[in-house]
Amino acid sequence: MTNNKSVVETEKSTAQGISSDKYLEMYRKMVAIRLFEENVNDLYTRAIMPGLAHLYIGEEAIAVGVCSALRSDDYITSTHRGHGHCLAKGASPDRMFAELLGKEAGYCRGKGGSMHIADPATGNLGANAIVGGSTGIAAGAAFSAKRLGNGRVAVCFFGEGALGQGLLYESMNLAQLWKLPVIYVCENNTYNEYTHYSETTAGEVLDRPKAFGIYAEKVDGQDVLAVYAAAKKVVERARGGNGPAFLLCDTYRYRGHHVGDVSREYYRSKQEEQKWISERDPVKLFGDWLIAEKHATADHLQEIGTEVKAMIDAAVQFALSAPYPDPGEVQQDVYA
Amino acid sequence: MSTPEVKTVTQSTAAPRELTMGDAIKEALAEEMRRDSTVLIMGEDVAEAGTVFKVLSGLSAEFGTDRVIDTPISEAGFTGLAVGAAMTGLRPVVDIMFGDFIALVMDQMANQAAKVHYMSGGKWKVPLVMRTTLGATRRSAAQHSQSLHAWFSHVPGLKVVLPSTPYDAKGLLKSAIRDDNPVIFFEDKMMYRLKGPVPSEEYTIPLGVADVKRSGDDITLVATSSMVQVALGAAKMLEQEGISAEVIDPRTTWPLDEETLIESVKKTSRAIVIDEGYARYGVTAEIASVIAEGAFHYLDKPVKRIGAMHVPIPFSPPLEDVTVPTEQMVYDTARSMCGKS
Repeated sequence: MTNNKSVVETEKSTAQGISSDKYLEMYRKMVAIRLFEENVNDLYTRAIMPGLAHLYIGEEAIAVGVCSALRSDDYITSTHRGHGHCLAKGASPDRMFAELLGKEAGYCRGKGGSMHIADPATGNLGANAIVGGSTGIAAGAAFSAKRLGNGRVAVCFFGEGALGQGLLYESMNLAQLWKLPVIYVCENNTYNEYTHYSETTAGEVLDRPKAFGIYAEKVDGQDVLAVYAAAKKVVERARGGNGPAFLLCDTYRYRGHHVGDVSREYYRSKQEEQKWISERDPVKLFGDWLIAEKHATADHLQEIGTEVKAMIDAAVQFALSAPYPDPGEVQQDVYA
Repeated sequence: MSTPEVKTVTQSTAAPRELTMGDAIKEALAEEMRRDSTVLIMGEDVAEAGTVFKVLSGLSAEFGTDRVIDTPISEAGFTGLAVGAAMTGLRPVVDIMFGDFIALVMDQMANQAAKVHYMSGGKWKVPLVMRTTLGATRRSAAQHSQSLHAWFSHVPGLKVVLPSTPYDAKGLLKSAIRDDNPVIFFEDKMMYRLKGPVPSEEYTIPLGVADVKRSGDDITLVATSSMVQVALGAAKMLEQEGISAEVIDPRTTWPLDEETLIESVKKTSRAIVIDEGYARYGVTAEIASVIAEGAFHYLDKPVKRIGAMHVPIPFSPPLEDVTVPTEQMVYDTARSMCGKS
């Protein structure tokens, strides 16, 4: 992790220009994602939420760090593990929960569900349940932004599992050839489903974008300020017409591949999980830093936690009491 | 469901201008690009080369290489990029050189483009056109000869267009470009030099409206794309036998103008469906089923289907020639159905 040092040092100087309010907003978002996902876990295990649930717990610093460096009209594409990205980009938890429960008030009127949250109002082109499936779409949004001259950038979030997909490399080639303002954010949460990424990934990951001449760097994905600093740099670079970038964010998926993946000992140890949770938790690390740097007191952070919990609880209640769509809507919106 | 506005325009032109199919397609693209600055073309060798079929020759000179864009040989990549571009304010027309290569773009078309509007609850749209080719007998063997339009016709959220004349090609392509949905436009690569009347006046042809290419009373020949000429040839042969064949071109497999097909068969009581795709689980199966359900009590005979032989397309000319439907096959089948064996 020697690379991280330079990133963190860069961060310190960048960090000085940020207000306490912005830091606390980032913290609030990380806590909101954590609590949102805890509630998803709860709704799912109580058999209230149908389908599949892929939790983002442990990876919050990446979505929040990156999205804090974006304008509200910038684009993102997300993944099957996408709740964090959507929330960080500005989605409202009540309509998120409503979508997860298949309710009409959901972002997609219940037609998308957990893996397909999309929202033009926040630039969210959609979470995508095909691994690597949105890499072309993100490049295309960046292509439009460049063509239309609207100054937007597109962020393509994907897990390290997508490193095996050819479309990623086809789209990176196009992005660099045409100098598109797209940022590839690889969240290496260490496991492709139930397989350690080292068993599926040949060579050095950063060598792949570098082979296209794409600016690439490795970031500590548990450190929201490091992610933010790196994202800010490459977003400004892309907005300035200097083309795509690739951020490799090392992180850890605290929970299973999906909520039902509870017996994980055959692919990873409880000790390994515990070590990340106790030593590298992004919410705790950032909270400690905020206190140490006197941006907040422990009481203040506690207060934020309480407020966020009330907001999330209300969002769950909203979704639980929201009506399902009328079955007559099933054929609506197949075509525009 | 005829196309009155179409016929009026044709009749109003004293000496109708003739264009090849290829030029009609190019003219549709040029007109739409002049009308709407968000329309652009991307694909392999589409710019200066004007595609391997030379259909786009000259477009890059008028519109520049930033609107007629050469891509790497990267079908999934540039199709995926076009999906994203279509969602965010552009109207891309992607060129997939050979229809066989749609296998390379299937995730982007079937899982992404087709589903974005529905999955987002109607909030994101994908106004994308994919132009590609179909048709055998070019001696191009198994990976450059297939007619795979049934694949896309099977996927909700996509529209599929199969023009059979220069006139239809131009009017349908203009509608496809203006459509807010992903539309796949299949061109028969053997018909690019086919000539036909195309008025200079502006016109469009709506998607989902069949065209009666020839009126008749004894049997309905439903034919698509390359098979329309085959059906018209067979109809001429049948005429000499005293059999009056009606030839109907659905023009789009989805949306499908079921009403025109059913009404024709109610009149003739017999139908053959001819399509260059594979018959098994194919376009002919679907259309035959629509007719059987919609005109069951009017049918004198079971609906017959003629499609490509169920083999990979072979290279050797005598082998390839027996895999595609011919006028003779249509003629023999129709004759037998009309009781003349």
